[in-house]
Amino acid sequence: MRERLALSRPKKGACGLTGSWRVFRPVVDREKCNQCGICEIHCPDAVIDEELNIDLDFCKGCGICANVCPKKAITMVREER
Amino acid sequence: MSTISEIPKEEYITTCTAACAGCSSSLSLRYVLKAAGPDTVLVVPACCTSVIQGMYPNTSFNVPVYNIAFAAAAACASGMSKAFRSAGKKTNVIVYAGDGGTVDIGIQALSGAFERGTDFLYICYDNEAYGNTGMQRSGATPLGAVTTTTPAGKTETKKDLDQIVAAHNPPYMATACSAYPLDLYKKVKKALSIEGPKFIHILAPCPPGWRYNSDKTIEVGKLAVKTGSWVLYEREYGKLTVSGPSRTALKKPHPIEEYIRAQGRFKKATPEIIAELQQSIEKNLARIKKEEEGIC
Repeated sequence: MRERLALSRPKKGACGLTGSWRVFRPVVDREKCNQCGICEIHCPDAVIDEELNIDLDFCKGCGICANVCPKKAITMVREER
Repeated sequence: MSTISEIPKEEYITTCTAACAGCSSSLSLRYVLKAAGPDTVLVVPACCTSVIQGMYPNTSFNVPVYNIAFAAAAACASGMSKAFRSAGKKTNVIVYAGDGGTVDIGIQALSGAFERGTDFLYICYDNEAYGNTGMQRSGATPLGAVTTTTPAGKTETKKDLDQIVAAHNPPYMATACSAYPLDLYKKVKKALSIEGPKFIHILAPCPPGWRYNSDKTIEVGKLAVKTGSWVLYEREYGKLTVSGPSRTALKKPHPIEEYIRAQGRFKKATPEIIAELQQSIEKNLARIKKEEEGIC
């Protein structure tokens, strides 16, 4: 029998692929990046992992990472769609 | 201050919430849940957080969440915490409410719960208007800010919620800002280690409501602290300590114009209003300085 309860369960992508909202895409320049992790700390949606790769399925393109980066290693590039 | 390495890697918000791009409320909640850990229940009244969870039957929050009516959040949490303690459980009960649900509608439940002294943490994330319904004015909206219900700028001043809560003599209360997530993490951690009703007031800049670009969220939060319009402090058993980021602002605050010019909501603020805001900041900073030195 299927459970029919007024309960929501945690699931990845519960709000859909929010990456489709994006207008500007963050591009990391690995030459300039010094792995400080400040972008990961300030990301509101935790889409930047420990190796500092950005999950573009969910990144909303807010641009906070590019703005807080002390080395200016992240640039926001317009999506072409 | 906590260092980056102390912050746990676990995320209790699965990617990703339906919050607007650059939302500082979801940034704050990330750190609140990191500090609280898995043994936590969130009580969320009507606010942005009750909307960004996702659609039934899925949710993006990996801890139990109880969604409740606007005016009942603190009452619900205080009963819930009593029930947990009677059952011998040490589960953290955290209310995560917006400023409308705290300053205006939820204030009687908040006051009642603080008077009863049950063990829970009340967090108010303050974006200074009813953001969820499209930025209507709230009691927390500052003087001169344009909202959809104050198109010419608000003519009243912001309600000083922290003074109201301080009058209840809680064992711990603090102010935080989403632009300083490590400071926020440390404060939540400390609050949860103390028994009794605790209160944390977070300033949460809101890109669509405050009318600035979403990438400026951290910048605007830091400007609020640097200009002294938001002072970070904690009050433990009545003893006030100003937190690190606000120390320099207390000595030499930046002019308020820097904070006001960064946002579109103050575009109708006249020089008189700006002068009044600057005056109230100076008064507030002087009061906090005196209180920290133990003069008043």
